[in-house]
Amino acid sequence: MRIDSKAQFDSAVRNAKKAAAGRKLDILVCCGTGCLANGSAKVAEAFAKEVEARGLAASVGLFTKKTGCHGFCERGPLVVLKPSGVLYTKVKPEHVPEILDKTVAKGEIITKLLYKNPATKKPVEQYTEIPFYKNQTRVAMRNIGQVDPTDLEDSLAHGAYAGLARALFHKTPEEVIAEVEVSGLRGRGGAGFLTARKWRAARKASGERKFVLCNGDEGDPGAFKDRSIMEGDPHAVLEGLIIGAYAVGAHEGFIYVRDEYPLAVVHLALAMEQARQRGLLGKNILGTGFDFDVKISRGGGAFVCGESSALMRSIEGKTGEPRQKYTHATDRGLFECPTVLNNVETWADVGAVLEHGGPWFAAMGTEKSKGTKAFSLVGKVKNTGLIELPMGTTLRHIIYDIGGGILDDRPFKAVQTGGPSGGCLPESHLDSPVDYEKLTEAGSMMGSGGMIVMDDRTCMVDVARYFLSFLVEESCGKCTPCREGLKQLLVIYDGLVAGRGKPGDVERIERLAAGMQLGSLCELGKSAPNPVLSTLRYFREEYQAHIEQRACPAGICRDLTAYEIIPEDCNGCHACFRACPADAITGESKKVHTIHQGKCISCGACYTACPTDAIRFFPKVALAAAASGGQGGAS
Amino acid sequence: MNTLIVNGRHVKAREGAMLLEVIRQAGVSLPTLCDHAALEPWGGCRLCLVDVTRNEWDGWAKMVVSCMFPAEDGLIVRTDSPRVVETRKVVLDLLLARCPDTPLVQKLARDHGIEQTSYQPNPEPTDCVLCGLCTRVCDHIGVSAIATVNRGAGREVAPPFHEAPPDCIGCLACAEICPTSCIPFTTSDSKRTIWGKAFEMVRCTQCGRAFITKEQAAFYDGRNGVPASYFDTCDECKRRAQAQQFSRLSAGAGR
Repeated sequence: MRIDSKAQFDSAVRNAKKAAAGRKLDILVCCGTGCLANGSAKVAEAFAKEVEARGLAASVGLFTKKTGCHGFCERGPLVVLKPSGVLYTKVKPEHVPEILDKTVAKGEIITKLLYKNPATKKPVEQYTEIPFYKNQTRVAMRNIGQVDPTDLEDSLAHGAYAGLARALFHKTPEEVIAEVEVSGLRGRGGAGFLTARKWRAARKASGERKFVLCNGDEGDPGAFKDRSIMEGDPHAVLEGLIIGAYAVGAHEGFIYVRDEYPLAVVHLALAMEQARQRGLLGKNILGTGFDFDVKISRGGGAFVCGESSALMRSIEGKTGEPRQKYTHATDRGLFECPTVLNNVETWADVGAVLEHGGPWFAAMGTEKSKGTKAFSLVGKVKNTGLIELPMGTTLRHIIYDIGGGILDDRPFKAVQTGGPSGGCLPESHLDSPVDYEKLTEAGSMMGSGGMIVMDDRTCMVDVARYFLSFLVEESCGKCTPCREGLKQLLVIYDGLVAGRGKPGDVERIERLAAGMQLGSLCELGKSAPNPVLSTLRYFREEYQAHIEQRACPAGICRDLTAYEIIPEDCNGCHACFRACPADAITGESKKVHTIHQGKCISCGACYTACPTDAIRFFPKVALAAAASGGQGGAS
Repeated sequence: MNTLIVNGRHVKAREGAMLLEVIRQAGVSLPTLCDHAALEPWGGCRLCLVDVTRNEWDGWAKMVVSCMFPAEDGLIVRTDSPRVVETRKVVLDLLLARCPDTPLVQKLARDHGIEQTSYQPNPEPTDCVLCGLCTRVCDHIGVSAIATVNRGAGREVAPPFHEAPPDCIGCLACAEICPTSCIPFTTSDSKRTIWGKAFEMVRCTQCGRAFITKEQAAFYDGRNGVPASYFDTCDECKRRAQAQQFSRLSAGAGR
């Protein structure tokens, strides 16, 4: 039934809450992409079947709910029991009867399914007590993992569209912009432009037809927070868009989603349909006379289409290439009309800002970076997953307290933020607070919130090379510096990692990087040298080692690295033998093993597998030196 | 009329002009590859980069491509600031690596003091500088038979699926606009070929010369009020007929 007035909205929310309260026990099964890949759909199905078979809905008010990403992807499939808050990790369908028999029926905890805190070695019952969750503050992701993203009523019960109601029933468009201005909200897509300023410019721009757009083209390697928001709480995105449209005076909008996010497309489309039926989207929204509707535009997955002008060309049906523009999109954007483009997370923040007020949001964060920020925490960290924290949190807190530290307790080396446009920060930056300014000063950027943690077994030259290889494919190729510059940078880096580095390479890299920064057409090209320059800034000695000593200090570049077994440390456990994919290791059980250099492919599998640290790596050049009778590390 | 300062000289600019036009009016030469008077500016080759500033910007300047930056009143433009010169050199150096054997690129590079590229010369040298003129002129005519395909380093100009382009009308505009003449074609009285497609020619009913492809005639038929009979005769014969008619009329008027 359509909602056509404030009274009807309030009553719809009351009814939704009443219905939710009837669910005395809820089993929340994470059905985000990560858990789905681990088989959570089967877990959810098993729960639904068992609950049905046992008639638990009628007898004890037990229901199951498929939710969006809980964030703790490392431990999926995840199941949370409400209201107790017990979290079970790595749940399989065969665990379902046991959970119902023990935990639901008798309140017994199944210890083997609990998360074990590696620091205390003790299992943790409540998910709110797990450091990964305890240390988070969720705004953009406020309802993810709590609501069924395919059920508008459930979202309404959890406060969805309360911000929209406040905007439409109590505020003029100017007042909405003022509220967002007070919040200090800045773009969550990377550049961090003030959202209110953008909106105001579009509101003031002349033109009958205006657009609001949602950028869901998240393409940074390792980033998945926008996907999780669109999948797990599509109504938060829609609510933000409708509020933004009201503020700028737009009646049309597009959500640009890359087609590799099929679940996001399905959930958004469903949410839009449900919102239209209830009068939250379309003509005469909530009976206020305001019209706004939105369409989904599916992108082909080009990284460059996350760039504002390329995204707009793509929606227009043209080739997704950036266009040089010396006018703002807020004056002339999509179809040459005033356009506001914001990131998924920004839109998801807007509803909360309007619901709780600008000062509430501005109370979190730092002086210039307000509120919270979502990150995809990945790489060599114990707890990978999706997190949201107040701006200004230190990298150390994120990586060690929430992330649980480095995998296998290896030494920390660097953290990459901001994707291919960002940079790698060394240990000396661990205590600097994460906000837009600090990251930019350090030579990285906020970007779309990807955070890749690297341990000592990471070669920074190789990391820079990886990002170049990504960008050389993803550059649109329209402008010369980006297209040809990336190609030539990659040539130089291919040489560095293969031991063909030459004196002067670093200077050539720097000259090329400067030319690309100044000469490229769009931000992709201008920021493409960032991974290169930040690794040069903080890890220059690794470049020198590659060039001057033909050595990879991290032992990663295969052409530069050789491995050998330290006989006195080898206990003959055979682990390296089993790990070696190239049959390059021989040795009998309980006897010293040997690596045969002719066969070894320098993959490092033995090094990782060895429990007694009896394998060491050294520069491959030493092998040649030893062969010719010189001094070397080879045995 | 806007007034600007280009490399220290005061220059007047017509309303709506872009910087490149004004810079060239001022007698300052700037290399370009993707600019063409018949087409909208595109900003791809990045050779026409300049520094712009204003008195009130307090010494801060930004680098823009002059082909697309409006010649606003009071702008102070430098085409020869160290970073502009350096960036242009990097771009030319990269182009020379891409097109090591292309005379036009070699000349542009040499003009800027680059004899040999600092980077790895293209193992498969090409003459295509990817200026996009061919695809843009094809779009402009309304045919869009060719386009750039692939992203990044693999970008190239091609017909759809690398097959003979069904929409191509054989007008040769792409080949003629190409600054490095790298689009091959053949044309004779009986046949024309380009992009792997063969075209039959239309002959002038008066002089018998082949002057247009059948596809061209069909494409223009009915467009902008052009009657089908327009392509019965070639331009030259049309001009001759008009001249004859004119001389008859003028002879009549003199009587």
